[in-house]
Amino acid sequence: MQILVNDERHDVTACDLAALLDELGYDATARIATAVDGCFVAAGRRAAHPLHDGARVEILAPMQGG
Amino acid sequence: MTLFYGTELSSRLMLGTAQYPSPEILADAVRRAGAGVVTVSLRREAAGTRAGQAFWALIRELDVPVLPNTAGCHTVREAVTTAQMAREVFGTDWIKLEVIGESDTLQPDMFALVEAARILTEDGFRVFPYMTEDLVGAERLLRAGCEVLMPWGAPIGSGKGLNNLFGLRALRAHFPDIPMVVDAGIGVPSHAAQAMELGYDAVLINTAVAKAGDPAEMARAFAMAVEAGRMAYIADPMEERDMAVPSTPVIGQAVL
Repeated sequence: MQILVNDERHDVTACDLAALLDELGYDATARIATAVDGCFVAAGRRAAHPLHDGARVEILAPMQGG
Repeated sequence: MTLFYGTELSSRLMLGTAQYPSPEILADAVRRAGAGVVTVSLRREAAGTRAGQAFWALIRELDVPVLPNTAGCHTVREAVTTAQMAREVFGTDWIKLEVIGESDTLQPDMFALVEAARILTEDGFRVFPYMTEDLVGAERLLRAGCEVLMPWGAPIGSGKGLNNLFGLRALRAHFPDIPMVVDAGIGVPSHAAQAMELGYDAVLINTAVAKAGDPAEMARAFAMAVEAGRMAYIADPMEERDMAVPSTPVIGQAVL
């Protein structure tokens, strides 16, 4: 399945968001937030959030800000 | 005492964390500022770098309350989603809500801001709206559930100081009991002192400290200016006059 992660194409086998993070190498302690197709997906709901071909996934991390 | 959503801050100087020459200089600036709050953000990180984790560890070590922002958002939807993501990552329901309406000035879109503030307040957020000094917009934001207002001094990063003194005075006078922070556009400590002398409760500075030749020294200078401005406001400044009035007594003056 081909999906977009932070605007980059990825061919993945994962079928849900939790599996995707695992496949991309994020461990369970990573301090990140996720959104799929523009909607926030809370950490506790990632395993129950299925991915579809062409899904737009955003993975965001803490960063400097003003 | 000023309470921001029930919390008294240790300092009236809020400091942004972006654009510093290095993480060490950032940490030094936060310490020397004695910042009451630091602002943070959420961004994509380059794959495999985990830069975000290192930054978060640094912020945790500084032990200063964080105020996440929605910088760069141009729509209600973007801002709301970013706020939800920030709440989870940073573990706070405080959000500095930015919805930008115009790219050259980074002027807030007041209409979208009010809408996003309403949605977020209903969802349990404590919203710090980055706004223009518009009185009607301020009223709408308060009605949308905001209990703090953050008018701009000048466009973000411009360093121009308080562009509309009349507007900022009017806003302060209209809502005397609402905690208000001047955010954006402050370039030098005298601008910060001026905002505090007007009765603003705090200022938020980033570029003016981060882009100074010596950010930590400038952070300290801002801290002193904020304190001086606050003291001056409490001490009730004299009225400005158009004509000179001698300060030395005229009675008893010699005729020579």
